[in-house]
Amino acid sequence: MAKIIGGITTSHIPAIGVAMDKQLEETPYFRDLFAIYPPIREWLGEEKPDIAVLFYNDHGLEMWLDKKPTFAIGCAPEYQNADEGWGIKPIPPVTGETELSWHIVNHLIENDFDPTVCQDIKVDHGATVPLTLLWPNFTYQGIKVIPISINCERHPMPKPSRSYAFGQAIGDAIRCWDSEQKVVVLGTGGLSHQLDGPRAGILNADFDNWCMDKLVSNPEEILQFSNVDLIERGGAQMVELAMWLAMRGCIKGEVEEKLRNYVSPISNTAVGVQLLLPKEA
Amino acid sequence: MTDYKMKPVEGTYHFDGEMATKGFSFNKMCYSFNSEENRQAFRDDAEAYMEKYKLTEEQKQAVRDHNINRMLELGGSIYYMAKFAGIFGWNMQVIGGMQSGRTTEEFQAYLESQGRGKNNG
Ligand SMILES: [Fe+2]
Repeated sequence: MAKIIGGITTSHIPAIGVAMDKQLEETPYFRDLFAIYPPIREWLGEEKPDIAVLFYNDHGLEMWLDKKPTFAIGCAPEYQNADEGWGIKPIPPVTGETELSWHIVNHLIENDFDPTVCQDIKVDHGATVPLTLLWPNFTYQGIKVIPISINCERHPMPKPSRSYAFGQAIGDAIRCWDSEQKVVVLGTGGLSHQLDGPRAGILNADFDNWCMDKLVSNPEEILQFSNVDLIERGGAQMVELAMWLAMRGCIKGEVEEKLRNYVSPISNTAVGVQLLLPKEA
Repeated sequence: MTDYKMKPVEGTYHFDGEMATKGFSFNKMCYSFNSEENRQAFRDDAEAYMEKYKLTEEQKQAVRDHNINRMLELGGSIYYMAKFAGIFGWNMQVIGGMQSGRTTEEFQAYLESQGRGKNNG
């Protein structure tokens, strides 16, 4: 059966992608943030996952208000990126993994989750920034990616508890896929930030760190919060924690936190990064 | 009847069904700015472009005034508005300042004061 070898949380903010393009990784502003990625890349290089299941949200490249899925899963052999309007450089296509995608879809529907199934979608910075960070210089093209999006743009959004349960069902699906391939799960976005309104700019390091602690020790404690609770504590875009919860849901049982980094602010955002390894095989 | 109205959070416009309904045409215009051709068409003739997307007079005025908070009040979503902001080269710190009554530098200092400036990261 396929095996989940680990989970990674990472920000997907455009400023990080742009900093890579401009080779600003060593500048004082970005140095602390980028310091975490070489050891993660080293771990990826040693463990060599075949597939990355990537939770992201689409900020208006493919999925707009006209037809906006709450949960959507990519089932395409390839995913294109494109102009997002404000200047991030598009990257070459991402490789898909249709067999596991369809297996996950079948498993989800059998288990009462009903995602939108996408055979042709473009993926935005929510997916491309993490891929570029983890597999730089276009080496992400050597890994097969399954992009799974969660609506974080328009209310009502799935409850944090539901995103976590969604992740649990996807984890079960991966574990019952008849394959010897190794899977890494990525939860992207977060942590505290607010882009819009007079309250723009709010950050909450204490709450961010609490969330990161609980993601390791007891993720279910985070599920007491509604999306409005998250907004109150961490700003309007703290709802992106949904992707972290879905990632954590994929991993069964206890985890060991191998690496962690927290830098705030980068751009308007508190940036958290974690590498979690399952204790159970 | 169950009331699904979201709990208000100060200084925050929840982008819910009501707002999304109000702002649909405006957001549709902003979404169109994924394409350089459309961004150029807006630069060439903003009034004609807004007319084409059937913005309300209030929305048009908010655009003319570069009033980000007003756009939000009238149903704008920051995710699509970011593409509109791209036309002017405003990044998120510029927009953050515009919305919170700060200069860009003041806004950046506010961010820092809650993070590295606070010795938290
Ligand atoms: Fe995001």
